[in-house]
Amino acid sequence: MNDVMTQVYQYGFAVSDILLYLDTHPEDQEALTYYKNMREARDAAVSAYEDQYGPLTIDGVKDCADYWVWVNGPWPWEGGAGKCGTMRKGSNTR
Amino acid sequence: MWNYEKRLQYPVNITTPNAKLASVIISQYGGPDGEMGASMRYLSQRYTMPYKQGQAVLTDIGTEELAHLEIVATIVHQLTRNLTAEQLEEQGFAPYYIDHTAGIWPQSAGGFPFSASQFQSTGDPIADLYEDMAAEQKARLTYDNILRLIKDPEVCDPIRFLREREIVHFQRFGEAMRVVQDNLDSQNFYAFNPAFDGPDGGNCGCRK
Repeated sequence: MNDVMTQVYQYGFAVSDILLYLDTHPEDQEALTYYKNMREARDAAVSAYEDQYGPLTIDGVKDCADYWVWVNGPWPWEGGAGKCGTMRKGSNTR
Repeated sequence: MWNYEKRLQYPVNITTPNAKLASVIISQYGGPDGEMGASMRYLSQRYTMPYKQGQAVLTDIGTEELAHLEIVATIVHQLTRNLTAEQLEEQGFAPYYIDHTAGIWPQSAGGFPFSASQFQSTGDPIADLYEDMAAEQKARLTYDNILRLIKDPEVCDPIRFLREREIVHFQRFGEAMRVVQDNLDSQNFYAFNPAFDGPDGGNCGCRK
């Protein structure tokens, strides 16, 4: 897995985990600060990933000039021994 | 509503297919303590949860379970892809293969289809949260049972992640239970159903 995707996974997980904690501890200032830091780090990682490899979410579709790039693979279940282990720009198109 | 993120919550990259493992792991897709039932249970129970922290927990854990459902489906898919019919049969996958080929369909390891009768939405927050805490323990022990049968580290790794999340969810539901109980009659948590009888017990016949 490339470094930027690892960051998306790690910071993304930190956000998913702390948000559940905040649901039952909505006044915990330390947790609120942690959420803010992790969310900013995740957003930066997602942005860097999308610039290099394509959209992670529909909102990440930046270039819609001549083709709907959202359909470009690989999809999340296609890892491992499949044809597309890592997402490459322009791979698996049309 | 929901938005889709084009990645798994935890990566799955299985390079060695093994349909025998898939036939037991499918239980966490559509079995009695699987991720489909977990997500539908929590998302269905939200509507009669009277307290905002409980509503948030049910929504966000119900959402995370959808991501877990996708991880389990991906494990089953990668364990069964690129195998011939003969290989699937040799690996004990023939009964599933006959109806579903190598598609993903919600059933238990024993072959029973997913059913809403595997979970409850009672309309009573205390009963629901006790069910939710039990559900997280049952899912955790199912992952324990799976891990005892599996040696491939590429399969164990995401299964261990899912197991850890069951433990975290159990903790969060326990905290949600505390919030509900803090809002009730500490002498008798079951004096009335706060979702149906109102915050003061209303005219619940159970108090007479």
